Amino acid sequence: MAQFSLPANSVVNPNGNVHKAPAGSKDVRSFRIYRFDPESTDKPRIDTYEVDMGSCGPMVLDALIKIKNEIDPSLTFRRSCREGICGSCAMNIDGVNTLACIKASAEIKGTVKIYPLPHMPVIKDLVPDLTNFYAQYASVKPWLQTRTPAPPDQERLQSKEDQEKIDRPSACILCACCSTSCPSYWWNSDKYLGPAALLAAYRWIIDTRDEATGERLDELEDPFRLYRCHTIMNCAEACPKDLNPARAIAEIKRKIAERKQ
Amino acid sequence: MSAYEFVDHSYDVVVVGAGGAGLRATFGLANSGLSVACVTKVFPTRSHTVAAQGGISAALGNMGQDDWRWHMYDTIKGSDWLGDQDAIEFMCKEAPAAILELEHYGLPFSRTEEGKIYQRPFGGMTTQYGTGPAAQRTCAAADRTGHAMLHTLYQQALKHEAQFFIEYFAVDLIMENGECRGVVAVDMATGKIHRFRAHMVVLATGGYGRAYFSCTSAHTCTGDGGGMVLRAGLPMQDMEFVQFHPTGIYGSGCLITEGARGEGGILRNSKGEAFMERYAPSAKNLASRDVVSRAMTIEIREGRGVGAEQDHIFLHLEHLGAKVLQEKLPGISETAKIFAGVDVTKQPIPVLPTVHYNMGGIPTNIHGEVVTLKDGNPDSVVPGLMAVGEAACVSVHGANRLGSNSLLDLVIFGREAARHCAEVVKPGRRHKPLAADAGDLAISRIDRYRNAKGELKTSKIRLDMQRVMQNHAAVFRTGESLQEGVDKLDKVIDSFGSVNVSDRGLVWNTDLIETLELDNLLGQAAATISSALNRKESRGAHAREDFPNRDDANWMKHTLSWVDARGKVSLDTRPVHMYTLTDDVEVVPPKARVY
Repeated sequence: MAQFSLPANSVVNPNGNVHKAPAGSKDVRSFRIYRFDPESTDKPRIDTYEVDMGSCGPMVLDALIKIKNEIDPSLTFRRSCREGICGSCAMNIDGVNTLACIKASAEIKGTVKIYPLPHMPVIKDLVPDLTNFYAQYASVKPWLQTRTPAPPDQERLQSKEDQEKIDRPSACILCACCSTSCPSYWWNSDKYLGPAALLAAYRWIIDTRDEATGERLDELEDPFRLYRCHTIMNCAEACPKDLNPARAIAEIKRKIAERKQ
Repeated sequence: MSAYEFVDHSYDVVVVGAGGAGLRATFGLANSGLSVACVTKVFPTRSHTVAAQGGISAALGNMGQDDWRWHMYDTIKGSDWLGDQDAIEFMCKEAPAAILELEHYGLPFSRTEEGKIYQRPFGGMTTQYGTGPAAQRTCAAADRTGHAMLHTLYQQALKHEAQFFIEYFAVDLIMENGECRGVVAVDMATGKIHRFRAHMVVLATGGYGRAYFSCTSAHTCTGDGGGMVLRAGLPMQDMEFVQFHPTGIYGSGCLITEGARGEGGILRNSKGEAFMERYAPSAKNLASRDVVSRAMTIEIREGRGVGAEQDHIFLHLEHLGAKVLQEKLPGISETAKIFAGVDVTKQPIPVLPTVHYNMGGIPTNIHGEVVTLKDGNPDSVVPGLMAVGEAACVSVHGANRLGSNSLLDLVIFGREAARHCAEVVKPGRRHKPLAADAGDLAISRIDRYRNAKGELKTSKIRLDMQRVMQNHAAVFRTGESLQEGVDKLDKVIDSFGSVNVSDRGLVWNTDLIETLELDNLLGQAAATISSALNRKESRGAHAREDFPNRDDANWMKHTLSWVDARGKVSLDTRPVHMYTLTDDVEVVPPKARVY
């Protein structure tokens, strides 16, 4: 008989601290933000911050930074480039995994709800532990493997058409929005590689310069590593860079099927 | 100090920072058989190298005749003759091999019809020693070359099984009798303090763009290596030279690559004039960044800015057509849409010169060894300490960096640092015991800020500093305004004594980390504005309205700046290297800089 018990800290107190907007604020938005302090015995809670949008930048990250700067310096989240290329500020905003720096607050109706990326261990507030995610990326050997030595004093040639095949897949920023939106990954993240790592694997499988295609496919041909993808497609929906990990996974499956014929 | 305990580590070499330079050094070291650890405050692919767009320069000649000597000439002219010519020779000569090496690692470069690496024109890059047409020298992976490069370098680090300490914030160097013995870092996930012993510490910590209010730099660009060096009593070099990139998006400051103009983009004022033709008749929109930023500032000042406040300029790309934009500039098309609400196939992008790059940094020789002025020797090596990338000042960029020379700087000197370490550090050599007080500086600062109970939030002091720098050390400068800035910044630095840190936790205490970062920024802001006040000439990015000309007789020299614990700056100089490394090329003597 299956036992269902919730892990520690999975029950969230919805009535955390409320920070009112200063008097005289005109355009006030409420941000309800997940808070978890690992150094306290309290359960996670949802704090409410009222932000004067008249003096706030357009993106959700601008609001988070305004809250941290002006209201509550203890609010903790990752951020760096603020232009959608470093992948630090991935979080769940208004029910969708995305980057806070390129998600406009105005695109969201009503209260803005912000949680860490789903189904990951939370270190503090909006900071998830991505150790397993990074290890899975490394496990697909995401580097060029060749047997033929590189030509001396020259690049390996690649046609524009062949370059185009790797152009989009290599644009992944490892933000983890896709993997952490995938129900298969939620259940089996210990064994299923997830869309981000599989997209990385695909990027090398189709690179005409790479000479380890067979080995790469061998590594993936496994009921869990690859075949836990059930084409739910949340990954393609979530990707803030408009990449399509689901298609990459389907292509890998097709390549494995083809070589059996 | 009993409340804090060290976790001790010993390595042959420790690299601080995992951007382009840090990663290139790290896997080079791992490959050479030395034990190496890379300590980084962000996961490697989050480093700001990832945001570089346009490309990386090298005279490959894939798109027309080219020669590394022409590249060297352009770089010296771009530097306004403040760059060290031996270092520039080294960089430009090594460039083609270093780029091919990146391609051999699998970097997904855009391609020519023949399948070679695609190269685009960039500002200040010419042929025939400035007399020929524009060079196509900048190797590109669409307009996300930095992303492609950083990910490729991280992949190589994985391949070489390099050891990382990720989300560890480096606090201070361990200095002993003028020698660097290691570095102290906080593990952000636990708050534990780690002490890394090393025969060599390589600082690859990037620039300090966040000293300014509006910059293209990431939030994490806080010059942590420079801060550590200043606290170690060592000087920074040429800090007055801060590059304003002509095309930061008006408002957000997000970068629009110079490659946009390389592909044919045109800057226009409110009258619709392509005004660069007046300021740089031959290079026009592809003049050097300092030249374009000044021209834009003058246009705005003279009332020809665009927008309701007439306070910015338009960058037009519509005429390039949707196909070119999609193929060559997809990233900035997306950025312009998100941050300016502009469809680049139909509308111009509102832009403004925005702080982008620090030519100044930790002075080093061409191997990356940190140098200082000691007993009259301007090239006195600091044992155990190296610096590479934007954190360093080799100096290959002098008074103004050419676009696409930064990514080149990273790989060339990251690679050279690893090579040099392999030569001078013996693998597995035993470490002498550390002095009893080793690491105390770091602990005292962590303890002080973690318990800081003043009345000013870190963010308030940071904003005060950023406003002073933005207003008083801008594109154009005057002695009067700089002096006012120095005085105001003194007050800001004094106010740091009243800082308040409200998060008292150990785990992921970003309130504390931001305060340590602010400490690093304040010292470098002081060095910048005092160096700028001191330099009474105009050269490269340093444009003094009260001294509008370059003065080679008195000022062809590097500024050194030391900053004490109270923010007081003292200055001295080092000579510019007006000699080459080999006989392969002649020194380029100074002449008027016209584009």
